[in-house]
Amino acid sequence: MNLQFIVDGLLTGSMIGLGAIGVTLTYSILRFSNFAHGDFMAWGTYATLAVVSAIGAIFGKVAPIGPLSFGWPLIVAVIIAMGFTGLLALALDKVLFSRLRSKGQSIIVVMASFGASMALRSLLEFLFTSRPTYFSRAIQIAMPVGFGIRITPDQIVLLIVTALLVLGVHLLITKTQTGRSMQALSQNPALARVVGIDVAKVVRVTWLIGGGLACVAGVMIGILVQIRPLMGFDMLLPMFAAAILGGIGSVPGAVLGGLIIGLAEAGAVQLIGAEWRAAVSFIILMAVLFIRPIGLFGVKER
Amino acid sequence: MDILGYGAFFLTTALIFSFITLGLNLQWGLTGLFNVGLAGFVAIGAYTSALLTTPDAAGRFGGFDLPIAVGWLGGMIVAGLAAAIIGVATLRLKSDYLAITTFGVAVVVQLVALNAQSLTGGPFGIGFIPRPFASLAETPLLFNFANLGVVAIVMLVVYLALEHLSHSPWGRVLKALREDERAAVSLGKSARFYRVQAFAVGGAIMGLAGALQAHFVGFIAPDNYVPILTFQVWVMLIVGGSGSNKGAVVGSILVWAIWAGSGALTSALFSPEQQARAASLQIVAIGVMLCVILLVRPGGLFGDMPRRRRAAAQQPSLAADESGVS
Repeated sequence: MNLQFIVDGLLTGSMIGLGAIGVTLTYSILRFSNFAHGDFMAWGTYATLAVVSAIGAIFGKVAPIGPLSFGWPLIVAVIIAMGFTGLLALALDKVLFSRLRSKGQSIIVVMASFGASMALRSLLEFLFTSRPTYFSRAIQIAMPVGFGIRITPDQIVLLIVTALLVLGVHLLITKTQTGRSMQALSQNPALARVVGIDVAKVVRVTWLIGGGLACVAGVMIGILVQIRPLMGFDMLLPMFAAAILGGIGSVPGAVLGGLIIGLAEAGAVQLIGAEWRAAVSFIILMAVLFIRPIGLFGVKER
Repeated sequence: MDILGYGAFFLTTALIFSFITLGLNLQWGLTGLFNVGLAGFVAIGAYTSALLTTPDAAGRFGGFDLPIAVGWLGGMIVAGLAAAIIGVATLRLKSDYLAITTFGVAVVVQLVALNAQSLTGGPFGIGFIPRPFASLAETPLLFNFANLGVVAIVMLVVYLALEHLSHSPWGRVLKALREDERAAVSLGKSARFYRVQAFAVGGAIMGLAGALQAHFVGFIAPDNYVPILTFQVWVMLIVGGSGSNKGAVVGSILVWAIWAGSGALTSALFSPEQQARAASLQIVAIGVMLCVILLVRPGGLFGDMPRRRRAAAQQPSLAADESGVS
């Protein structure tokens, strides 16, 4: 078996993991599974694309950095688009989710997120058509790194970025006051309120983190694969599976779950063929639900 | 005459949608089980029935050439079994897990339909599915009305059965579980067992809908069972009012009329190149409509859902709190 699947799996796993962080946080803090999360990914990616072309129109053609396929405009654009995606998530929460949450039926919120997902995705198709696009059409030469594995400069950088982001979110959640409030709210909402935690602020931070990371994950897909309105929706099942495999509410769990699913998918592509890759997350999901529904790092539901 | 024929065709399609909506109403409206992968169960029914009834085909499994009624029954049974398995796996867990799993079912069924060429015919689907009254096909009017008659009769049977079920002791247990699980369980009702049953019966009705449609059109392909179908049926149920069988049927006809009407409008108003984009705008509009109904009138037209007032009151919600603190 060719070991190349490790690199492919780690990359897919990074995309899934970054998305799954948002899913797991929304689930544990706002208590619903957000079917629109994949579409945040796609919206973030298209926002990045829009800013990149705006920068291109103002400054002309910018040379890429070193051996990478992109230059500083993409980096600036991602940062702007992360904010945009976070705000999009906040806005959707404001007009839709928070109002339904106040009625106290969490499953209605899930349904609303399903409707919102359809609307968001179709709006992208309307604005940008369903034709795939790319950040760059340049082809990168993959460097051999031994054991038959090849890796491109883009892929190295994206893996490092993922690691830094995950570390950052982990530190934010474990070391800062806001992060500890988030944990408190997810573990015991009633008690958290009693000790005077600013719920509105925690909700805001949750959406901003989730939206921002979804944007980065989407841009990774855009750089390494392609940009399509459906790109996020197709990631939804792997993201849910990763969040449940890792244990709902656990950020390291979501990332580890994402990596496991990414590696399993890449392995399956080699063994049984690429057309079946989407079934891998479902099989893992079912296995987790049968064997250990609380996941790897989960805590028992209260 | 053409209009009459189209009317019959439209109504048949709408009634087939009503079956799916009735199945969903049993799962969601009556029992509170969230199914976002119903397209998968419809597809299972359609493909099962197609495999059972088509003539033997080279290069594809089956083609057993059985009577159409056997196909309907087979579609119901297999879809019901699939729903039962999913139910056993997820119904002891939180309701969100069921939602995610059913979503996965739809993805996997789509994958099998596309890739298992020797079973499902792959992306080109299965053709030559026997149609009831095929001998009448030369006179479309008669053909359409005959089919409408068959679907209407099956609809009547399923509708009356569901009405009877929802007022039977069985249906009362489901409602009791939906409203106050703890009380129902304390009366000795096994929550999980009843829910699995409801989920399986709902899945079987969806399978029947798939089979009916396959035999009405005579041709099926994976494209028929994409998430948009799930979405349409949810809108139908929410518009009609979850919990009400009458609402499920009326909602289906109403939403299908809006859908078909706006589809005809976009194809009349937009040039062929722009139609794909216009169609996506149509989906946006329906998605927004779903959200607005959920916000403004969650009961729909005929809904009876005095759901969990007390449970909601016991757990003061996050949002109420947010506004208080900020």
